[in-house]
Order: sequence, then structure tokens, then C-alpha cells
Amino acid sequence: MTFLLADNVWLDALLRMAIVGMLVPVGVILLTWVERKVIGRLQQRLGPMRVGPYGLLQGVADTIKLLTKEDVRPDSADRPTFELAVFVIVVPVFMAAVAVPFTSDIFVRNMALGLFYFLAVSSLGIVGFVMAGWGSDNKYALLGGVRAGAQLISYEIPLILSAVAIAMLGQSLSLYTLVELQDDTPFIAYQPLAFVIFVIAGLAELYRQPFDIPVAESEVVGGPAVEYSGIRWSMFQMGEFVSLVLISALASLIFLGGWIWPFSADNATWLQVVLMAVKTSAFILFFMWMRATVPRLRIDQLMALCWQILLPFTFLQIIINGLVLVYEWPDWTLTILSGAAAIAMGTLIYRVARRSGVLYQTSGATQRVGSVL
Amino acid sequence: MTYEEAIFYVIAAVTVAGGLGVVTARNVVHSALFLILSLIGVAAVFVLLASEFLAIVQVLVYGGAVTILILFAMMLTRVRDIAGPMDGPQRPIAALAAAVFLGTTVLAVKETEWRGNTEEATVVSIDQIGDVLFTTWAMPFEIASLVLMVALIGSIVLARGEEGE
Repeated sequence: MTFLLADNVWLDALLRMAIVGMLVPVGVILLTWVERKVIGRLQQRLGPMRVGPYGLLQGVADTIKLLTKEDVRPDSADRPTFELAVFVIVVPVFMAAVAVPFTSDIFVRNMALGLFYFLAVSSLGIVGFVMAGWGSDNKYALLGGVRAGAQLISYEIPLILSAVAIAMLGQSLSLYTLVELQDDTPFIAYQPLAFVIFVIAGLAELYRQPFDIPVAESEVVGGPAVEYSGIRWSMFQMGEFVSLVLISALASLIFLGGWIWPFSADNATWLQVVLMAVKTSAFILFFMWMRATVPRLRIDQLMALCWQILLPFTFLQIIINGLVLVYEWPDWTLTILSGAAAIAMGTLIYRVARRSGVLYQTSGATQRVGSVL
Repeated sequence: MTYEEAIFYVIAAVTVAGGLGVVTARNVVHSALFLILSLIGVAAVFVLLASEFLAIVQVLVYGGAVTILILFAMMLTRVRDIAGPMDGPQRPIAALAAAVFLGTTVLAVKETEWRGNTEEATVVSIDQIGDVLFTTWAMPFEIASLVLMVALIGSIVLARGEEGE
């Protein structure tokens, strides 16, 4: 199952980390091109076309530009905080990458607590946004930093708790074991509610549209990143894209059966790679599609969605799981209960969204400002 | 010195440096950032003690959540650098309290019968932690949740203000 790249344990770990460290930036360069192309097509534009065939080398050109650009730092910025912030954003992302297995034998480290480790380490990035926001000594950056802190902390809770629902079902926190349990049916079939919550909360953790409130150009002109330029700015970009890949990979691992479903556990390696690539790309394209089509939420709507809709429904999913597991009800009850709850949540979100234009014209005596009910 | 010891001393140095930074930094935001460094250092010590679960909880709760809220509160107020040491008439009382705390800690360390060296660290799996937490120690666990619940309700009541505003 595990094979060593080198006979020495330390050398092996170093090699694996080097592979992650080299593959990730290359992937990011490719993804920036994919993103611009996909969004361009969705908006009936061509996207980048000039550099290389179909603009394929655009990402490389951008990288060279960013690397050679002057590194500007505002005079009044708090130097150590300003300069360290980008690392605090990027390093946790790389640390999280270590825990994600891509196939049954392509991974850096198979941890018994992999799922938990991933979620905990990714939460450290918030510190970086808050540091960048405060350290830049800029009103917009500060506002963006505060928004980032509020949003990422809030959405972390449904994200982690929906992963807890999966951990309950699989009785494990190891991503490897969780995938191996899905050789018959992927967990999405048993946990549609947790899946929907995970995707929404994951999208919010990536602070991409419609949840790009911390970095919204038209409101806070780029938020925490406003004063950064050149290579430091590109670190923000890198953090964002790597997180995009990682959240997509995690979703395909814990909900869609990773490298196993819909085939058997002893797939050939190439098939495993194809399966993971297809599933992960599907999530990435879905997130890009959302970015191009859904308008940005207001900050109060964002908070209401998290605390008043997602969080109670996540608890509901955990209670359903608890009941089914303790009383050993048949598996299909999970599907039905969770599916019904997912439909209820969808209806509630739809009703709130339809009403949101007239949120402050209280329709009845009992309605409170900011409440979804 | 084995490499485990070397790693431990590096981590311990970072943790203590972070702790010192908290009290000596001129700027409160810097203090909060040093606090994060120190708490993450503690998480690293937990990893060395083969308690990965505890380490991850430490990172999740202290690294990613509690300190952010502290930073949050300070970012929204106008922070200025503190010019000199902040002093007041309570200085002797503070010194006494610190001395008593130091004395108690030293005494506790000296009085404890340490188990001595072990060949291998005992790895406590997450299943065992879960089992014990929800059976033997269920009562303290529930009391802790109750305290948090009270704090939560209290903050909601305070934040909501008067009815009919």
C-alpha cells in the first residue's frame, strides 16, 4: 500500500514534500488559464487567446510578469505583519495538501486523523487574512480582513460538522478508510444533506463568488490583498487556487467515493487517477460555473445563510445519523431522512432568496429584521 | 542528544519566545499574533507526545478560532503602540500574584512523582478518547457544554438589546 520513494524515511518525506511543492504551482498556473477560459465561455467571450495556442501559455506569461514586478509596500504598513501575512495564508494550504490522498498509492502521508487534520490546518489561513487586512494600514484592507475573519470562521462550522456527519457514518477520520468504505455506494447517497452543506460551506471557505464578500472589487477593492503586488499578490492567488483543488478533492473523496466508486477497490492506478481527476474537475468546474452565474450575497444575507439555515440543518443531519446508527435502522432510512431534510433546506433557501428583495418591509408583525423565518 | 530531543528544544524555544513576545510586544496586535505562535508551539509539543488528536484540536480551536476573535476585537479599535511599560499602583500586588503562581508551579513540579523515562510513547487512539470522554468523563463534558451554553445565551441577550428597537 505504502511505498517509499527513497530508503531513508527522512529523505522519503523530503522527496514527497518536494513533489507537492513543485506540482502545486504548475497546477495553479494551469488552473488560472482554465478559470479564465471557462468564465470567458460562460460570458460569451473567448477568454485569453493571444499567448500560445488557445492562450494556453497565458498563465506562464502572467507568472513571469508577477515575478518580475516591483514588490510595493506602503510606507505606513506594519512591516512584519504585512510581509508575513502571505506566508500564513499559503503555508497552511500546502500543509493541508499533505493529508489528501489522490489515489490508493499516490499520497504524501496517510494519517489516521487525515480529515480532521485537513480541516484544522486549513482554518489557520484565516489568521493570514486578518494579518494582511490589519498590516496594510488601509481602510479597505481592514474591512476586507474583518469580513474574511467573520465569513471564514462562520462557515468553518457547517463545513466541519458536515464532515463530522461523514465521519460518523464511516466510523473513521482517515480519508483512506473513508474512501475504502465507499466501494458499493458513495456516501452522497446516504448523506445528500451533508453533501449540499459541504459544497455551500466549501464555496464560502474559498471566498469565491457568490461568497467573495471579503475580496469584492466593487465594495472593498480586493480586500486584504489591496496593497499587495507582484509575487506577494500571486501568493494570495496561489492559496486560493490550491484550496479550490483541495476542497474539490476532499469533496470527491468523502462524498463521491474517491478513486473507488463506481468500480472496484483494486482498480488499476491509471483508472484511479482518471476517476479522481474527473470527480475533482467536476467540482472545480462547478465552482467556476457558480462564480460566473450567481450574484454576490450581501454580508447580512451571508451570515443569515450560515447561522440560521446551514448550521441548524447540519445539526439535523448529525441527529439523523445518530438515530440511525444507534437504533440500527436500515441504510435506506438515512437516504430518505437526509434527502427530505435537504429538500426542506432547499425550499427554505429558495423562499428566503425570493423574499430577500423585500427583506426590510416586514410582512407580518412577528418577522424580525435579519431573520430567515 | 537524540533528534527527538533536538526537535523538542526547538519547539519549546519557539513556544517560549512566543509567550515572551505576548508580554513584551509594544503593539497589542503583535501580542495576539505572538499568542498564536505560542499556542501552535504547544500543539507541536502535543504531536511529539504522540497525542495528535489533542494537537489538531489545539490548532483548530486556538490557532484558527479563539485568537481570531481576539484579533477581531483589537482590529476594530484604534490600536496605538505603547510607549513605555504600563504601570500603576497595583504593581506590588501583581508582583505578589506572579510570585505566588511561580512558587505553586515550581512546588507542583517538584512534588510530583514523575514516572521516569519510558521506552515508547503511549499512543491513545481517538476511539479511546471518545469512549472515555462520553462514559467516564461524561459529567465534566456536559458541565463544560452547559457553561458554554450559558455564555452563548448571555451574549445573545446582551447583543440583542432592548425589545422593540
